[in-house]
Amino acid sequence: MGRYVVRRLLQMIPVFVGATLLIFLMVNVMGDPVAGLCGERQCDPATAARLKRDLGLDKPVWQQYLTYMGKVFTGDFGTAFNGQPVTELMATAFPVTVRLTIVAILFEVVVGIALGVLTGLRRGRPVDTGVLLATLVVISVPTFVTGLLLQLLLGVAWGWIRPSVSPAAAFGELIVPGLVLASVSLAYVTRLTRTSLAENRRSDYVRTAIAKGLPPHRVITRHLLRNSLIPVVTFIGADIGALMGGAIVTERIFNIHGVGYQLYQGIVRQNTQTVVGFVTVLVLVFLIANLLVDLLYAVLDPRIRYA
Amino acid sequence: MRRASHTTWAVCTAAVVLAAAGCGGSGTGAARGSVFSASWSDPQNPLEPANTNEVQGGKVLDMIFRGLKRYDPRTGRAMDMLAQRIDTTDSQHFRITLRDGWTFSNGEKVTARSFVDAWNYGASLKNNQKNAYFFGYIDGYDKVHPESGAQSAGTLSGLKVVDDRTFTVRLNQKFSSFPDTLGYAAFAPLPRAFFTDHAAWLAKPVGNGPYTIDSYTRGFQMALRKWGAYPGADKARNDGVNLMVYTDNNTAYTDLLAGNLDLVDDVPAAQLKNVRSDLDGRYINSPAGIIQTLAFPYYDKDWSRPGAEKVRTGLSMAINRRQITETIFRNTRTPATDWTSPVLGAEGGHQAGLCGRACDYDPAGARKLVQEGGGLPGGQVTITYNADSGSHREWVDAVCNSINNALGNDKACIGNPVGTFADFRNQIGRHRMTGPFRSGWQMDYPLIQNFLQPLYYTNASSNDGKWSDKGFDRLVDRANAETDTRRSVATFQQAERVVRDQMAAVPLWYQNGSAGYSQRLSHVALNPFSVPVYNEIKAG
Repeated sequence: MGRYVVRRLLQMIPVFVGATLLIFLMVNVMGDPVAGLCGERQCDPATAARLKRDLGLDKPVWQQYLTYMGKVFTGDFGTAFNGQPVTELMATAFPVTVRLTIVAILFEVVVGIALGVLTGLRRGRPVDTGVLLATLVVISVPTFVTGLLLQLLLGVAWGWIRPSVSPAAAFGELIVPGLVLASVSLAYVTRLTRTSLAENRRSDYVRTAIAKGLPPHRVITRHLLRNSLIPVVTFIGADIGALMGGAIVTERIFNIHGVGYQLYQGIVRQNTQTVVGFVTVLVLVFLIANLLVDLLYAVLDPRIRYA
Repeated sequence: MRRASHTTWAVCTAAVVLAAAGCGGSGTGAARGSVFSASWSDPQNPLEPANTNEVQGGKVLDMIFRGLKRYDPRTGRAMDMLAQRIDTTDSQHFRITLRDGWTFSNGEKVTARSFVDAWNYGASLKNNQKNAYFFGYIDGYDKVHPESGAQSAGTLSGLKVVDDRTFTVRLNQKFSSFPDTLGYAAFAPLPRAFFTDHAAWLAKPVGNGPYTIDSYTRGFQMALRKWGAYPGADKARNDGVNLMVYTDNNTAYTDLLAGNLDLVDDVPAAQLKNVRSDLDGRYINSPAGIIQTLAFPYYDKDWSRPGAEKVRTGLSMAINRRQITETIFRNTRTPATDWTSPVLGAEGGHQAGLCGRACDYDPAGARKLVQEGGGLPGGQVTITYNADSGSHREWVDAVCNSINNALGNDKACIGNPVGTFADFRNQIGRHRMTGPFRSGWQMDYPLIQNFLQPLYYTNASSNDGKWSDKGFDRLVDRANAETDTRRSVATFQQAERVVRDQMAAVPLWYQNGSAGYSQRLSHVALNPFSVPVYNEIKAG
């Protein structure tokens, strides 16, 4: 187990370097970031040249990348155009997005799996058809439609929530945005659980458990569910990274100043430092989440062993 | 079916109840007392006066700084603020005397040195200030801010402190309207703390305006409070303003409707058709010093050859401005008939109808002129624009439609969107344009000079198309040297006629500022820079 973890951690290094290099090149292809800094006019050439030198943009790209990576390992992610260190932006943005992701994942786990179990055990019944239909609707409606609709209904028409999230972004305020963010994945989790459960219900070990005379709830939670959750855990694990980086739409609708907001501004302002910094951290989150998922397999299914 | 819907409802209700409980606790919504909240966006640059070149940072500077002059929020006229007198006999040497009794909100006196130090800082190349070129008229600018190479002086030789309340300015050329430019934020005075503890100052700027900054959380919000001891006549009539950062103006508008926000100064285009009923008349739509034009790449032979001016004029006549401003912009823009802005007023140099027939929709005339001019270069024009902000796509498509209809050719005009503003500016800077491109100009100060010189003078800072005309340059130089304001304005208008005859850029429309506000507020108005006049707003 220990050796497995070490091997996986070592494998992360090339993935990390490759991913950051790709992002770095992509942002660079977008062109000269200084051009957008002076509004509807040309920056005067002297100031533009100085800005480029200060930002290290006058050097070749490979050298920029090496300098950048060297600094990243000392914890210096550079400075955004508004003069704030990128680490400071991260310190404000990540806690907010992590909270939002937690809310979303909770929705996926609690509601998604519960609905999945409910429908998986009652296949073909009206409740199953109903939930399936509902998930189909949720999957086919784009997030921004769900978001704007909920915001307008709950926030303006009925006045139950604030349409925007305050700078504090407490858990309570993030419930509706979290639900919106989770909605599509939630529907997938429901469907995955349902199928997986329905398949495993017919397997031998379930029949054995029932034959042993175990009470039904024990059969479901200890035997059936544990085995059926493997694809679901894989999905949720991969989803953590996707939710953190992909919350741009939801964060814009509800005015949440998280990772999506910083990434959006970084891209619009062509701020290499912000974009690469945030994406680097997201890459790490992805890698670690994937590792955790793989380790969880062993917990869920004793047949799976890592050496 | 029934069970499923029960479960779903239970979940939703629980979510909503929890959410309601959550927001009851946090009290950052509509502020209490006569403090009100207003929408804001994150300023692009650090909040230094000579480094702020966009409206969002400008809003704050307008609240916390007062300069030598201030532009009257209604007329746009430059009025003396801290300046008691600005004397000159030759439009090149100025002697500026300050009023007594002005201090910064930290108690420090505003002296001649506060100005001279601030201007030297702004002009110096080593400080990377993006508005440095505003000091370009002052003698010695080429030493502190050379176009290439290292700077050979630390301070402007044209600035001299005489005593605590007097300093002199020597310009490198005659510029009669120089005093009127001094209301621009870049010319604000700075306290010593700006230089001695720069980082602390940036975290919480200190100025001499009617408001002080109470707290500033970058990227989230800024709380400004009334400065009780403010010595000026334009005291704040409310206790303060909380500027809240919104990523999307649609969310800000929704918050205004829900009563969580008091003032939105950018009503989203999609809401314009229902804004009057939504807000029950609490909506302003007033002219601002912004004009949108189509510029041309004169570095491209096709557009600089003789006869091309007929093609450009033809294109101008092929655009149905009235229809586009009515249907797409819902009258938040007005068809342009000159190259300035109505906020200048007739005295300031705005002359409605100066463009004449060249700006009237006339399909037959357009076809004829384009043909006489040798047809469209390559048989087609592409209008390049940035698609990331504004509603540029909508109007460019409409303009193209209008041109196609007028010229009777489905492929006469197509739009060419560029992903981001930065990339758009980048391509313009590298002279990659092959056809007309979007060009917007927001005035820095309400003078006709500001609408002409930076845009059409040879090699001027915003002359993106590199248009050049000796006759125009001569007239602008003459107008700048003219000591009599009326004659100066008339000469500028003469120069504007050169722009018209050459159709250097196609004027499209004047842009209005728009704002919506809650029932708590009264006396809301926008100044000619489309910024709310915060200090005059009363909050109930």
